[in-house]
Amino acid sequence: MLNSMLIRGGRVIDPANGIDKIADILVENGKVAAIGENLSAENVQVIEAGGKVVAPGFIDMHCHLRDPGQEYKEDLISGTKAAARGGFTGVCCMPNTKPVNDNASVTRYILEKAQLQGSGVHVYPVGAISKGLEGKEMAEIGRMKQAGIVAISDDGKPVTNSNLLRLAMQYADYFNVFIMSHSEDKNLVGDGVMNEGFISTKLGLPGITRAAEEVMIARDILVAEAEGKRIHLCHVSTKGGVQLVREAKRRGVRVTAETAPHYIGATDEWVIGYDSNCRVNPPLREEEDRQACIAGLVDGTLDVIATDHAPHHQDEKKVEFHIAASGISGFETAFCISNTKLVKDGHMTLSQLIEKMSATPAKLLGVEGGSLSVGSAADIVVLDPDREVTVDANRFVSRGHNTPFHGKSYFGAVCMTIVGGRVIDHE
Amino acid sequence: MKRKDLLGLDGVSREEITEILDNAMTMRQIVRSSNKKTAHLQGKSIVTLFYENSTRTRMSFELASKYMSAAAANISASASSVAKGETLIDTGVTLDQMGTDVIIIRHPMSGAPALLAKHVRSSVINAGDGMNEHPTQALLDMMTMRDHLGSLDGIKVAICGDVMHSRVARSNIYGLTTMGANVVLCAPPTLIPPRIEELGCTVAPTIEDACEGADVVMGLRIQRERQQKGLFPSVAEYCDNWEITPERVALAKKHALVMHPGPMNRGVEIASSAADSAQSVINQQVESGVAVRMALLYMLTRREA
Repeated sequence: MLNSMLIRGGRVIDPANGIDKIADILVENGKVAAIGENLSAENVQVIEAGGKVVAPGFIDMHCHLRDPGQEYKEDLISGTKAAARGGFTGVCCMPNTKPVNDNASVTRYILEKAQLQGSGVHVYPVGAISKGLEGKEMAEIGRMKQAGIVAISDDGKPVTNSNLLRLAMQYADYFNVFIMSHSEDKNLVGDGVMNEGFISTKLGLPGITRAAEEVMIARDILVAEAEGKRIHLCHVSTKGGVQLVREAKRRGVRVTAETAPHYIGATDEWVIGYDSNCRVNPPLREEEDRQACIAGLVDGTLDVIATDHAPHHQDEKKVEFHIAASGISGFETAFCISNTKLVKDGHMTLSQLIEKMSATPAKLLGVEGGSLSVGSAADIVVLDPDREVTVDANRFVSRGHNTPFHGKSYFGAVCMTIVGGRVIDHE
Repeated sequence: MKRKDLLGLDGVSREEITEILDNAMTMRQIVRSSNKKTAHLQGKSIVTLFYENSTRTRMSFELASKYMSAAAANISASASSVAKGETLIDTGVTLDQMGTDVIIIRHPMSGAPALLAKHVRSSVINAGDGMNEHPTQALLDMMTMRDHLGSLDGIKVAICGDVMHSRVARSNIYGLTTMGANVVLCAPPTLIPPRIEELGCTVAPTIEDACEGADVVMGLRIQRERQQKGLFPSVAEYCDNWEITPERVALAKKHALVMHPGPMNRGVEIASSAADSAQSVINQQVESGVAVRMALLYMLTRREA
């Protein structure tokens, strides 16, 4: 039978259904057919998962696949392969491509190329809020939705005009599309290249105040609150930002938020030595911010972990810190960092982590996956959460080898990634 | 000296600084003599690689090299070439291949000398990187202070001006605190970097507090563009509150020194009447600069021997 398999003896963790037990999973025709003990099936591939964890595949709400236009950094082929290596079965790619994904034809190009040449990982394009990400006129949200976008964002460029944000919120809601906001006040950023604090003072690098992020998070929340619409906040990195989201949720604002593995796995002290692989936007913050992001994930203030996978060519990183490109290649380290910093450090259970990386993003995006319910797509990841791995950027599947985590050791290996009952990546 | 490079004074020990300053005193004899030629750097090749305009620092390094018989060459790259031209690493490797022993780099971006040093065999001396460090300036400042005050231990050094953007301030904070001095900063709040006290200095509420009982009153250049960027409203208001004037210097100790790394903006961060006063050692700082750089070049080039 096509796209069928028996995954035997693993610890099945399916937070959406409250399952955490040793069981077999039978997959038939690309869908989960049964979960139970001692399942058997004839003429199907058997995957021995004894000692491993079997979970719904990860879904990344925030990545950059660079295609079209910057294929030297990454393309839909290398990007979806890297995603599969990281245990992702679905990824949302941001619209800051060249040309910008601000119209249906670019959306269709992305979906077709991913379908025809990708690794099998589902690609969910995010469309632009404004034409050309210029923050002036609204993009054709309705047509892009019809072509297949799941959300809109001017990621990388904040929507400075609050009225445009308000109008886009109203308009997009009609098409059942929500906004993912890159919250940043460019005037407060100024010429900053790292977090403003003791380390920026010590290194003589221009700092970025946390207020640059928090001012816009507050603005976004207030506009969404006034409109009664949904807003999703990208890459929250500060203690104050987490607190703003927490308070807004308490008031009943329809706000959701993500943080990235590097905000719970690294701090601005890593910039000492001027390693440009530590340059990322928002910048790596301080220990109290890192702790606040962890606390936000634990208490549900921060709904999901998204990678903000931002591959760059080495030529764009092997330069002075000031002119180095911002971003971290994140697919292939997302699980091991999150697992180590959240589960191994005792902040949450593995099931809760999987919820943040799979069930919740699927729910927020309204896409398939994120659960192992019988009848749902067999998008599955097999993990070895206790195995120690050493990050080797030179062995990344992604074209972007830019990571500050190179050479560091974490717990958690991704053993196998399955989409629609087909193994698309294994060790 | 065991180090390959001098990228800053952060982490440089009291012993190392003392050794450099002691050697610089010897070198000063050469600067002062009528026959300024020694063989200390004979057969050595020294290049200044400057991505920012500079007259005194570059000239100081060049003369230091020539007084000791090194082959000295200069490269002036425009700041715009940083982003558009050959990469810093490629330029550095090219100089390496030409047999350069020491590369002296000035660069508008903090950390550039560290990046260069990581990729070249040559010794690298930081002649100023962004807002980070300018170690030879701090060394020449300390040499001048020590010459007049005998010791740096326990002295109070008031540094007034654009601390935020100053690599001179940071190197002096590192160097002077290592040597046991007390560094007190004073500037408009918009020109004081956050949490600078954690480097071991203090921030005085007013320039009068900073100068009170000081052994040294040092000015830092205020660039006019800082005013255009909105960091303070006018030069006149700056002067009212933060200019180094004879009245303010009078609050310091009787023997106190007036210093400035240059180039000065007379009538902005320092009044001419203070800069040209009997207490001023600004001109002697320039002489110390050549001596300190001679000492450093000598020490770095003989490290392998």
